Amino acid sequence: MYIIVVGGGRVGYYLLKALLKEGHEVLVIEKDARVCKTITDELGSVCTRGDGCEAATLADVGTGRADMLVAVTGDDEDNLVACQVAKHKHNVPRTIARIRNPQNAPLFKKLGVDVTVNTTDIIIEVIEHEVPTHPVTELFTLDEQGLIIVDVKITEESATAGKMVKDLSLPKESKLALIIPHEGAAHVPAAQTTLQVGDQIIAVTPSQYKEELEKALSGV
Amino acid sequence: MKVLIMGCGRVGARLASLLDEDGHQVTVLDNDTYSFRRLPPSFSGTALYGNGTDEEALKKAGIEDVDIFVALTQGDNRNVMSCQIAKHVFKVPRVVCRIYDPLREEMYNALGLETLSPTKIFAQMLREKIEGEG
Repeated sequence: MYIIVVGGGRVGYYLLKALLKEGHEVLVIEKDARVCKTITDELGSVCTRGDGCEAATLADVGTGRADMLVAVTGDDEDNLVACQVAKHKHNVPRTIARIRNPQNAPLFKKLGVDVTVNTTDIIIEVIEHEVPTHPVTELFTLDEQGLIIVDVKITEESATAGKMVKDLSLPKESKLALIIPHEGAAHVPAAQTTLQVGDQIIAVTPSQYKEELEKALSGV
Repeated sequence: MKVLIMGCGRVGARLASLLDEDGHQVTVLDNDTYSFRRLPPSFSGTALYGNGTDEEALKKAGIEDVDIFVALTQGDNRNVMSCQIAKHVFKVPRVVCRIYDPLREEMYNALGLETLSPTKIFAQMLREKIEGEG
């Protein structure tokens, strides 16, 4: 695949390395000459100096044949414009934008960006996961299906500890996928499985039911 | 008319005061309060601190019931983003966007934004002036 990365900052740099390692043809577009030189010195001629929001720059690097454009600069508006120019001027089939303001996710989708990666929310989720009192963590979002995969911990405060799976009132279309007990092997829950304190439950739910699922599983 | 102007630079401030003089209800939004010094003492509109690419800030500035939104910050991309928010999220009846880069201006124009490129307009004006007097 030919992938264009806009922005050679920390995210762009490590993304470039990872994509090169996977064997893709990758090119980074970076405004800052010094940053561009550092990348070129280290990884070869995989960086072009320029503005990734400019149609002319994108034309120079052959965006017309790119399979994907990923915009990972630190500014949401720059990422939006890079994706829109790639999409509308060069017909790039898939565009991905990094966003910092979580509110921008629905807007960017509406404006034609295929995928948004919300770094702020990801950082918050990861930290929340490490806070023992926080019962639900979002692990993954399946954007196209509108589903999220969450991790729920059963604590001593959970009213559901000791209850059987069939007695839980789960929201519509929510499924428990896996139970990882505090000790012992992970298992797929059945109707008769009893929830224990210390269990970690991996569940799938439509994103709008996240809070209802949290209620159903923690019983608070 | 109710007008919301994003960016209180030279052009933004001047436009705000001209429209204010004409009796329109003008709000100017800028993410640097120091830029409001450019507004004349006679300005009777509202000057508000806020980021025009943020939906909440736009709501506070009353975007939901303005007749026209004008984006005049220094950044083409910021203008483009806030204008698209104004047009597609808040359905503002008229949205005007300044875009310096002529190529980007043409593209967003084709995508349905009402765009103005000072670069194009000014270069054209200069050409006419120079050739007209030659």
